[in-house]
Amino acid sequence: MRNIRLIARLDIKGPNLIKGIHLEGLRVMGSPNEHALRYFLQGADELIYMDCVASLYGRNHLGDIVSAAAKDIFVPMTVGGGIRSVDDATQILRAGADKVAVNTAAVANPQLITEIAQRFGSQCMVLSIEAKQVNPDRWEVYTDNGRERTGLDVIEWVKRGVEMGAGEILLTSVDREGTRKGFDIALVMAVTSEISVPVIASGGMGSADDMLTVVQDGGADAVAMADILHYKRAEVGDIRAVAEKAGLGVRYYERA
Amino acid sequence: MNVPEIVVIDYGVGNLLSVQRGLEHCGANVTLTADPEKILAAKRVVLPGVGAFGNAMEALHNLDLVEVIRDVANKQISLLGICLGMQLLFEESEEFGITAGLGLIPGRVLPIPIRTELGESQKIPHIGWSSLQLPDGLNGWNETLLQDNHPSESVYFVHSFMGLPTNPHHRIADCKYGGHSVSAVIGRGHITGCQFHPEKSGEVGLKILRRFCLD
Repeated sequence: MRNIRLIARLDIKGPNLIKGIHLEGLRVMGSPNEHALRYFLQGADELIYMDCVASLYGRNHLGDIVSAAAKDIFVPMTVGGGIRSVDDATQILRAGADKVAVNTAAVANPQLITEIAQRFGSQCMVLSIEAKQVNPDRWEVYTDNGRERTGLDVIEWVKRGVEMGAGEILLTSVDREGTRKGFDIALVMAVTSEISVPVIASGGMGSADDMLTVVQDGGADAVAMADILHYKRAEVGDIRAVAEKAGLGVRYYERA
Repeated sequence: MNVPEIVVIDYGVGNLLSVQRGLEHCGANVTLTADPEKILAAKRVVLPGVGAFGNAMEALHNLDLVEVIRDVANKQISLLGICLGMQLLFEESEEFGITAGLGLIPGRVLPIPIRTELGESQKIPHIGWSSLQLPDGLNGWNETLLQDNHPSESVYFVHSFMGLPTNPHHRIADCKYGGHSVSAVIGRGHITGCQFHPEKSGEVGLKILRRFCLD
């Protein structure tokens, strides 16, 4: 079995790290790179930077933040929010990112998924999906940070995205995001059972036990952690220890 | 204190920023260049690379760098190949037909097996963190770039092809993927190749880069 990955997710608005509930009601948490460095030193396997308001203004502002992070953070970084073209992806990769996450622009123009995958490899092309439950076994794709509905069914869209070349899925439950109520296991299971590319479960992690459930029952390949780390309710090493104890494969990491 | 000077060969493939930042973090002064004079004047040279083997060799040929890198090896300059840069050190690759490599380490580059040792289909590329292991017959990593590392430390891989040295003594570290042993680090004298990305492998990778800056 592959190692599961423990990923720190940083949502950014302007120069600030922020945290909301259901991707709204944003609260400023401080400097993104101070937090990022802390998570790197705690042993995060990867980092995700998301520009929360990029789609609203039509551009990504994370270049400078990522480029500064690349000076002292040496794990893979995924950057998303407002990436609308292969040129946008090129710029963010040049700034030090390893992968780009695309949501709104991929819904508007699915061909962008293929263009980015062909240019940089599918391992570089993360399809970001914001999902809201509409009935017990159906979820709808939202864009613009959970603000705009698309009418697309999550399962149909994820299958299409993988066919188009997405190498990984960042699956955010808008319903659970920021609530600490645990991941939407049914959503994650519905997605992981349909595709073979890795799925990062995001939204709702209240405790290390939620990580176990979404991996063991939901089939997630990775978990994105935000609130639990930002509010210092746990460190990455605590989560890793729980995973190891439960017999999950994780990256071997010696705590400093 | 002397600041280590390192030349990273810039032949137009891939993003060199992370490699540069990683080396700078280890205290090095980094020059990105394709200038043969600067490369041959260096004490330490890094050959990076992402993408396809054939394209990379073509780029090196177009810049007249193939012989330059062979001279680097002959002049006993420390050479570190990273990811595709490691694969280029071999004699040839099977990626998209047979392509000749730099021939600095005997052996060839093959696809990662599409099935696990148990015959199940496995995901290609191999992406993610895997543990370093001592290959059979090797007792330790003294006098290699891994001398500050120890087995089971994890490093970050992204690759679909793997290097297979002809001489087992050129295998310095392996990792397991689907039960198969895959070369993670290869070496011959002052030439080392890392299949993984030391610049994306946290402190474990930085230890390797730091050692390269010292040697």
